Order: sequence, then structure tokens, then C-alpha cells
Amino acid sequence: MNILNLFVIIPVVTMAAILFTKDLRGARLVSAVGMGLQLIAAVVLIFSFFALRKAGDSAEFLFYSDVTWFESLNIHYAIGVDSIAVWMIGLASVVVFAGIFASWQMEYLSREFFISLILLATGVFGFFISLDLFTMFLFYEVAVIPMYLLIGIWGSGPKEYSAMKLTLMLMGGSALLIVGLLGLYFGSAQAGEVTFNLLELSRINFPVTMQRFFFPFLFVGFGILGALFPLHTWSPDGHASAPTAVSMLHAGVLMKLGGYGCFRVAMFLLPEAANEMAWIFLILTTISVVYGAFGAIWQKDLKYINAYSSVSHCGLVLFALLMMNQTAMDGAIIQMISHGLMTALFFALIGMIYSRTHTRNINEMGGLMKVMPFLAVAYMIAGFASLGLPGLSGFVAEMTVFIGSFQHQDLFHRVITIIATLSIVITAVYILRVVGKILLGELQNPEHQKLGDALWFEKLSLVLLILPIVAMGTLPLFLSNTILDALKPIVERLTAMI
Amino acid sequence: MSFQYTILILLIPLACFLINGLVGMKFKPLLSGILGTAGLGIIWLLSLFTAYTYFFQVGQVNGEFQKIVVINAEWLRFTDKLHIDMGILLDPISVMMLVVITTVSFMVHLYSIGYMHGERGFQRFYAFLALFTFSMLGLVVATNIFQMYVFWELVGVSSFLLIGFYYDRPSAVAASKKAFIVTRFADLGFLIGILVLSYFTGTFDFIALTGSDQSIFASGAAASFMGLSALTWAALLIFMGGAGKSAMFPLHIWLPDAMEGPTPVSALIHAATMVVAGVFLVARMFPVFFFQAPAALELVAYVGGFTSLFAAIIACTQFDIKRVLAFSTLSQIGYMMLALGVSGYGGHEGLGYMAALFHLFTHAMFKALLFLGAGSVIHAVHSNVMQEMGGLRKYLPVTHLTFLIACLTIAGVPFLSGFFSKDEILVAAWQSNKFLFAVEFLVAGITAFYMFRLYFNIFWGKEKTYAHPPHESPLTMTIPLVLLALGSIFAGYLPFSELISSDYKPFETTLHLSVAIPSVLIGLAGIGLAMLFYRRESTLPDRIAASLGSFYKVVLNKFYIDELYLFVTRKIIFNYISRPIAWFDRHIVDGTMNGIGWVTETSSQKIKGLQSGRISQYGFVFAIAAVGLALVFIYFIN
Repeated sequence: MNILNLFVIIPVVTMAAILFTKDLRGARLVSAVGMGLQLIAAVVLIFSFFALRKAGDSAEFLFYSDVTWFESLNIHYAIGVDSIAVWMIGLASVVVFAGIFASWQMEYLSREFFISLILLATGVFGFFISLDLFTMFLFYEVAVIPMYLLIGIWGSGPKEYSAMKLTLMLMGGSALLIVGLLGLYFGSAQAGEVTFNLLELSRINFPVTMQRFFFPFLFVGFGILGALFPLHTWSPDGHASAPTAVSMLHAGVLMKLGGYGCFRVAMFLLPEAANEMAWIFLILTTISVVYGAFGAIWQKDLKYINAYSSVSHCGLVLFALLMMNQTAMDGAIIQMISHGLMTALFFALIGMIYSRTHTRNINEMGGLMKVMPFLAVAYMIAGFASLGLPGLSGFVAEMTVFIGSFQHQDLFHRVITIIATLSIVITAVYILRVVGKILLGELQNPEHQKLGDALWFEKLSLVLLILPIVAMGTLPLFLSNTILDALKPIVERLTAMI
Repeated sequence: MSFQYTILILLIPLACFLINGLVGMKFKPLLSGILGTAGLGIIWLLSLFTAYTYFFQVGQVNGEFQKIVVINAEWLRFTDKLHIDMGILLDPISVMMLVVITTVSFMVHLYSIGYMHGERGFQRFYAFLALFTFSMLGLVVATNIFQMYVFWELVGVSSFLLIGFYYDRPSAVAASKKAFIVTRFADLGFLIGILVLSYFTGTFDFIALTGSDQSIFASGAAASFMGLSALTWAALLIFMGGAGKSAMFPLHIWLPDAMEGPTPVSALIHAATMVVAGVFLVARMFPVFFFQAPAALELVAYVGGFTSLFAAIIACTQFDIKRVLAFSTLSQIGYMMLALGVSGYGGHEGLGYMAALFHLFTHAMFKALLFLGAGSVIHAVHSNVMQEMGGLRKYLPVTHLTFLIACLTIAGVPFLSGFFSKDEILVAAWQSNKFLFAVEFLVAGITAFYMFRLYFNIFWGKEKTYAHPPHESPLTMTIPLVLLALGSIFAGYLPFSELISSDYKPFETTLHLSVAIPSVLIGLAGIGLAMLFYRRESTLPDRIAASLGSFYKVVLNKFYIDELYLFVTRKIIFNYISRPIAWFDRHIVDGTMNGIGWVTETSSQKIKGLQSGRISQYGFVFAIAAVGLALVFIYFIN
């Protein structure tokens, strides 16, 4: 059997098993076991994938299989992965597994919570393995819908408002997407039978007029999920209201679906339009990068700070993708993985700190280093990763993006690259502001004196996220080279057009 | 001779960092101190051995020092040509820096066992010291500019962590934040400089960049932007990074505040090693500056000259002894920058280059000694402020003697190391730029004055009443003082010009009496003036300060540069950029989204009446519509 099927089967079985549990203890145990197996499967996948590559299997997608499930419309369950998808699956499994432990004490409707959370994960995994655009879209929706429930029921603050806003904006994106996908689907008729298969679509050269029409639908549709300015405002409210594990999954993985779709679908299939319109989106993403960072400086709520920071970092992902050269796109993908881990770490920590102090306002905390050193050190590591300290993943990602982008022959691209590099200073400002306020200094609230440090499941969750951040930051060569290889066909298709 | 073992010089401090950082809390404090010190001791010996074999046995081939790449492994690949490698490059300047760093770091490790005794977070302190040492060593042995940048950032963060060591003190937290952000801003320039340089030359590699093949620069020299060539911009931006780390005006503001860190840290990072990284960077890239960007090199000279004067003037007015030393450091690094800036290339032309690195070497010894001596004083009287000191020479004999040696050295008293290195700098300045020479000549006098103002205020003057009688520091602290004092005395006798030169070929230098004699005289004049003012308690300094009036106040407040920065950061960035952006995002961007929601909802409210479910209403609408449509068909369609 194809190993990729496991990534859908394991979550479904886990959800079914949760139904038979009685309370929180059972639900979390089953979830942890299920997602633990998922993580093991991901590790096995990574090893077997690169073993195959090493053995000389140079097909674009490995573990390919194809089952027709809606014959009259020629819709397939086609799956397969390249190294980018493999790393994305690896990222998702780490974040989901860590997310289970971050919600270890979710007392309220715990079974329902874990089922929704794993349903969301199912959508994410399904999305990354799919090669049939319809199936991919289906999984995408499976990932987005549980979000509404998770925020609306288990959230905090103005949760109904945030949940509604987030869902409506993402649904708006989906509406654009479906138009774009149908455009591709019916456009493929020129080469024979209509199809949603990504591989078959990638062999078609669509007419430029048609590309121009549909590219914005696809790019903006995915871009909304990737926090493309000015359609990013679901993110701050959504994150602020979401429960910890949901923020982790959402910022850590779900937002990556946006970036992933942007290059895998929009840019890869419609390369000429992508080249023509890149400048518009480059300007928007440059704004995202700098504006998000400046926006973060002023915020007082930890989650808002992180949400704006995500706007800036995810903006850099789209920015680098649009540079359309191998190095910059490599950087974009490393940035996706790096940001996924680091922002999940941030949200996990914010959740843990909030559960102790009952506030997320940075002015109401101070000197937490003394009372919760483990959490504080982990927060500093996350912060350093975010501001791009060498030795942690953020540096590798950002430098690859900047070097790649600056290799452009065109002055416009180099100038906006320099503008984007400003973000590394602004990021340092808001990260150190937060660290200085909440962790360092004197203990501000005497009540906080009696708070405890991280518990075992929290430590597990954090360490699980920190390890890959450090690994990527210290030994990036393998990761980067495998991504470069996978990007080759995409970049060739993108640049062949100019 | 193979230098493979030099990898240990990097790995041992890294291991010390990991051990002390991860499991140090489980150790007894003393154990982690001994572990760190022992590790440093080993790499100190290894470095000395490396220096000996490199300089005196195998480094020189056919009258020219070789660049030996011991190891170079690919770390991250960008394109076929551009990749970050991690490796070790041995050449005269990197080997010299190995000696400087490991010597000072070893002394500081040893000293801190006594100085930091009983402090909370002792293990953490040793972990950070090891991290810093590792990063600084990685920086100097870098084989390519990007490796240097990687370690450059790591050095920055170690500095941040150590300045903020007493993290429950708000002033320390603020200082560490300021240091990090100011240098980070400068590093942005460095990064952009690297981007520009690598775009045009297609390489990060130092050997290629500083080699004899100048053809890689052709495209960069041809491209111009705002009247300067692209390479000049690259050099200027790279220098910006160096100026940030080396605290050159106007990026110097973080250094005086950085004195919030523990004193051994100030000695190691903010006096002897990290702050000279900028000098090292310019020295490393010297051929690029000299051949491709002479305009940038000239700027280096003027920035150095200005900073040395500016900082020396401020140093005369400060009362916190560590701040006096901090401004003195600024001033001395200014000297080094100036020497590089006025230097030529090759043989005696390159005297400035040699002088800068010579001064870097001697300065590391005597400035580390001054800081450690100051630490010993602070340890004894529990204060940083010189008004609370006086007459300490009786209580702290070893500290007093070593501090006096260091003061004499920095003042340029003959036959101590500072005399030789400063003389070379003044000669180099004299040969190329008389104006800068005059500035440096003046600064030499001011330096002697403020150093002896410090000395007399601490050790002479009126004895203060102390809470408990001051006592000499323990041996772990005085031994490093004595060793560094020996270094300060004798470092000047090293045949520097035969070891380090701009073109790697040894050359001869002699003492230039025509420069040396006046500079010694002005130094002695400075000392004499200080003695007159401060040896006994006197009201003369206060009267002079009063007569200078507002000028004195401006200097005392460090020319209000900090206030200017605060204005820019607090007011402009925070209030006029960030705040409006946050508002814009909430009210305009998000407001539009909410507006769309509102329009949808309101219009649905308005038209929902049509779906009332009442048959009578439907019938009415049906009838009206039927009549209306009938009329339309009859009158318009026909």
C-alpha cells in the first residue's frame, strides 16, 4: 500500500477511536498515540523518500498513485510527493503532535475538541499529498471548516466575531479559488479530456489571455490564506481568539497551505501570467513584510504581536516565491517550514504563559524569567529564531531569500529586496521589546511569584518544536539542497516563458 | 605542519557552552567555572602554539605569509557560485586575533571565578562567556564574508546576553536591548553590503576577494549609483557594520550603556575583542577598500579620527569609572580605524595597516587590564562612581600598581607597549594626512589627562569613608592583573612589522623620534595636568568646569546624541510610523472588511421583507408585476 494513504487513514481512525473514549484523559491519550504514529509515519516517509532519491528514482513525484473516484467528471484521488511536500508533511506532523500536548488540559468538550483538531489536521495532510486539484481543494476546505468551530466554541474574547470573520474571509478565498480551478479544468480541454490532475495540467501551455484572467483568482485565493496584504486582517483577530493548539496549527501549518498553493498551483500552472503580474504582488508582499513588522511594534497583546509578525514573515514567503528564481524560492520554502515551527512555538508559549498569568497584555507582566525559567528561555529561543539569529532556522530562511532575491538582474527586484531586509531590524525591535517587558526586569505582579514552570507535557511540546528549529539552523545543507532539486522543474517552467 | 587541530580551538568553547548551558544548573557553581576556565586554558595554549608555528616556522614561504585554509566545508548553498562555507583560514591577522581573544578570554574566565563568586546565575555566566569566545573565534578565522556575518551576529547576541546578565535590573535590560538594536541596524548595512558585493563579484570567499585577481571587480566598479561606484557603496555599507560593532560615531551610543554588564564582560567584549571586530573587518577587506573603494577608506579615516577626539573629550567629564574606560575604548578604536584609513598598500606604505593591528593587540592587553583593575576596585568599594573613591592605593596594592602600569601604557609613556603602537599610528597619519595627525596628536594629550584623572581620583585624593575597609581581591583576580600587566609592558617589543603587513610581506620599521618625542611630551603634559588637578583634593577642576558653562554641560551629557536617538526611535518610529500603521490596519484595512460585512448584512435586512411568507403580499406583488410586465411588452417590445 502507498505510505501516503496513511496520512489520511491514521487521522480518520484516530477520530473514530476518540468517539469511544469517555473523557479528557482518554481523548488526549488516543490523540497523542494517533498523532505520534502520524509523526513516525512522517519520519519513515522522509527516510524512504530520500532513500529512493538516492537510489536514483528521479521522477518528479514519488509514491504516486491514482484512483478515480468521480468518473464522469474525471476527478481522481491522485497522490504523490516531491521533497517539498515531504518536508511540509514533516512540519505538519511535528506541529500537530506538539499541538496535542499543548491542549493536554482542554477540559471543555474535550472529545469534540480533539476530533475537530484532528479533522483539521486531516485536511492539511490531504492537501499536501494531493496531486488532483479537486481533491486538493476538498482537503483544503476540510482544513478550513473545523477552524470555525474550534475558534467559535473553544476560543476566547470576541470569539464568535473572530471565527465568523476568519471563516468568511477564507471562504471568500475559496470562492476565488474554485473559479480559478474550474478555469484550469475547462481550459485543459484543449489538450484532450478535461482534467484536474496537476501533472497533466503542467504539461499544457495555456493561452496567455486565459492565464491573465485566472491567475489572479488562484493567486489571491491562496494568498488570502498566506496573509497577503491587504487581505490579512482575519489573522490578528483569528489568532487572538483561537485556543492555543488552533493558533499553532493555523499559523504553523494552515497558513503554509496558502504559500504552497500559490507556487504549486497558481504560479506553476500559469507561468506566463505569473511573470507578467509578479510586480503587482511583489509590491503588495513588500508592504506586508515591512508593514506587518511595524504593526507588531505597537501591539500590546502577545497574540496580536505574533499575528502581525506572521503577516511579515508569511509576506516574505510570497515575496520570495514571486522572485521566481531557484534560490529565492528555496528560501521561501525554508521560511515556510521555519516560520511554521517558530510561530507554533510562540503560540504554544503564549498559551502556556496565559494559562498561568491569565493575561496576554505585555504591560501586565514582567520578570517572568525568575518564576518560569523554562518557558522564558524557550520564548527567547523562539524570539531569536524570529529575528533571524544564526544557528536557528530563521536565519537560514531569510538569508536564502535575500541572497536569492538580490541575484535578480532587474533593479526593481533588488531595490525591494533592500526594503524587505529592513524587516530584520524592525523584528529585532518588537521581539526585544516583548522579551524585555515580560521576561526580564523585576517581577511586576507579586501574584506571579507563585506561578509554576512548565509541566512535563508542556516541556515535551516545546522541545519537540525547538529541536527542528535548531537542527535547521545549524545543519541546513541537506534540507536546502533537496528543496533546490525539487524546485528545478518549477523554476524551469517559470523562466522558460520569459 | 598541519593545522587540523585548530578546529579544537573552536570546538572546545562550543562544548563548554553546551555543557554549561544545558546541564550547568545541576553543577556546583565552582565546577562550571573551573570547566570553562580549563577549556579556555587549553585553547589558549593551542593558540599560542599555532601562533608560534605559523609565524616562526611554516607560515612564511618565500618571504610572504601564506593564507592557509585548514578546513572549509559547505554549510549552505545558494547558487553554484554563492555558498556559505564554514571553515578556518589562518593568516597573520587571524592568528594574531586568536592569540588576543584566547588570552583575554582566559584571563577573564580566571578572574571571574573570584569576581562573580556567589552571584546568581554563575553557570549561566560561564556558558555565555564560552558562547561569546566561540563566536568571536569563529568570526576571526572565517574563510568567507558570510561566515563572518554568521559569527558576527552570534557575537552580537552573546554581547546582548552578557550585558543583560543582571536581567532583573531595568537599566541592564535597556542597555542590552539598545546594544542589540543599534548593532543590528548597523548589521543591516553589513548585510546589504554583502548582497551588493556578492552580486557583482559572485563570491563570498575572502581569498578571492582579497587576492591579486582584480577582474572579479570589473562589473562592480563599472556600475554606479548616485555618483559612487557600486563597490564603493558595498564598502561603505560593510564599514557601517564594522562601525556599529566597533561603536564608531554616530553608532557609538550603545557602548557606554553596555557597561551595565558585569565588569569582566566589559573587559572581554567591550574593550578587547568584540568592539575591535570592526577594525578586523576593515583589515580583512583591506585590499577591497584600498583598490576598489578609496573613498570609503577615506571615510574610515575621518570617522576614526572624529570618534577618537569626540570620545576623548567626553571621557574627561564622566564620573562613572567604567564609562570613562568605555569612552577611552571608543577613542582608541578610533585610532585604529584612522590608521587603517590612512594606510597604503604594500611595504612601508602599509604602515597604517600594521599600526592599526599592532595597536589592536597592545590595546587589548592594557584595556583589558584597566577594566579588570576597575573591576577589582569596584569589587572592593561596591561602587562605580569615582567621587566615592579615593586613597585606595594603600588598600589595593596589586590593583594599584597594575592599574598604574596600564595608565602609563595608554598614555604612551616610552618603552611600554602603547608607546610603540601609538607611535606607528602617528607616523602613518603624519605621512598621509597632516590634519588627522594633528587631531591624533591632540587626542594623545587628552588621553593621558583623562586616564590620570581617573587614576588619581581612585587611588589618590582624599580618602573616603567606606562601609567596610576595602581589601585586595583574591588571587584568581590578581593573577590575571599581573599577567596582563606583563603583557602591557612587553607586547611592544614584538617585531610586529615582520609579522603583519598589508601585503603579507615583512618589512622594517624604526622608531621615528621626530614624532615620538613630541607625542611623549604631550602625554607627559596631560599626566602633569591631571596630577595638578586631582592628586590632592582641589576645587580647580570644578571651577574650570563652571567657567566652561554650557559647553561642559553638553559634553557631560555626551553631546545629547542619546537624546537624539531617543527622539528618533520613540517619537518617530514608535509614534509616527508604528502607531499610525497599527491604526490604519485596524480602522482602514480591517474597517473595509467589516464594511463589506456590514453592507452585506444591511442590504439583506432591507430586502428580507420580500420573503415574508404572507400569501397576500406575494399575491399583491405578483399582480403588480404581471400588470407591469404586460405594459412593458405592449408598449416597448412591440
